Amino acid sequence: MTAKEHMNEFSYDSLKLDCEKETARLTAFISEAVGRRLRRQGAVVGISGGIDSSVTAALCVRALGAEKVIGLLMPERDSHPDTLKLSRLVGESLGIKTFYRDLTPILTGLGFYQDMTACIREVIPEFGEGWRWKISASEISEDRVFTFFWLVVQSPPGEIIKKRLLAEKLLHLIALSNFKQRTRKMLEYHYADRFNYAVAGTSNLPESDQGFFVKLGDGAGDFKPIAHLYKSQIYQLGQYLGLPEAITGRQPTADIHPLSQGQDEFFYGLPYEQMDACLYGEKNSLPPEAVARATGLSPERVSLIYKQLAHRRAVNEYLSLLPLYPEP
Amino acid sequence: MIRDEIKKFIVEKFLFNCADQLDDEASLLETNTVDSVGILEIVGFIENRFNLKVEDEELTAENLDSINKIARFVEKKLGLQG
Repeated sequence: MTAKEHMNEFSYDSLKLDCEKETARLTAFISEAVGRRLRRQGAVVGISGGIDSSVTAALCVRALGAEKVIGLLMPERDSHPDTLKLSRLVGESLGIKTFYRDLTPILTGLGFYQDMTACIREVIPEFGEGWRWKISASEISEDRVFTFFWLVVQSPPGEIIKKRLLAEKLLHLIALSNFKQRTRKMLEYHYADRFNYAVAGTSNLPESDQGFFVKLGDGAGDFKPIAHLYKSQIYQLGQYLGLPEAITGRQPTADIHPLSQGQDEFFYGLPYEQMDACLYGEKNSLPPEAVARATGLSPERVSLIYKQLAHRRAVNEYLSLLPLYPEP
Repeated sequence: MIRDEIKKFIVEKFLFNCADQLDDEASLLETNTVDSVGILEIVGFIENRFNLKVEDEELTAENLDSINKIARFVEKKLGLQG
């Protein structure tokens, strides 16, 4: 194989981290960022029980010491029952101080649950007490690079009703859902203010790159130690950092909607390993065939995913932009 | 004309009336003129304006990815094409 051919190849080894070296690099970054650049005395991390926030918290502990890291546990009434249990487990395993804040009363005050129910009933009138719901995205296909979305509801006995969402309703449901991430970030900054700490952002590379975050919600933070890492690399770091198996062995979940939903289902349409590979290939201008060989996807599908990634990056750019100012 | 109405909607909604930024044949997605929500807004517009129902399987780039493609799709749905 020539050097050029080699450069055009992809294997999952490309995503393997030297965890020891990366941990040393990131802990140095966090110490510098929090202590010197931000001049805060510690870090606040919203802990969801997922891999991203757990690794972020673990890195902060290594960098700053457990006594200078605060974990916030912020479930609400629709959160998966595991959310609080796993968040507590992370806090205990890291030996950090945690604060439990149930979001339910705050969201109730915002009219969130009432408005959400009304909005869902406008689409599916049968939706009632005890029903669960989620937004489900279509997969991309060769003849369609855009996504459309269904509202899926499930009755208590398990009956499923699914209806395609019009733009207006989709936007309304998303705007309501975003209350959750923004409320969590508001609380994180409250504790940061109270203890003179900085807020750690927990976005990973696919999320940051693709705009899979809520502006001024989970996308906010004073420093973002894992925003350059692919999801599979974060799992590697999680294992290296000794996080509990319940965290490192758990599949990603968005935990935004009451009906069970993986992140891949809502946004990427692919399991995270394949999405990492496609994003790596697209960002490094690798031929789709190279990623196809490693992932088992067809070259045509990888090519489509490349297009979709570039498109989403472009249309979601505004989420990452700082406020725009006129020339003085 | 159907095409003119569709173009007017897209230019007003997504291009802030700068019609010269978009060719009728240009891909709405590849030029990043619209995102997935934008496509849904266009679908909502043609369903309401032309009183037709777009099925899930009709949500394709072939039907929706340029002004001309949308116009041809609407004409076909309305039975205006042979």
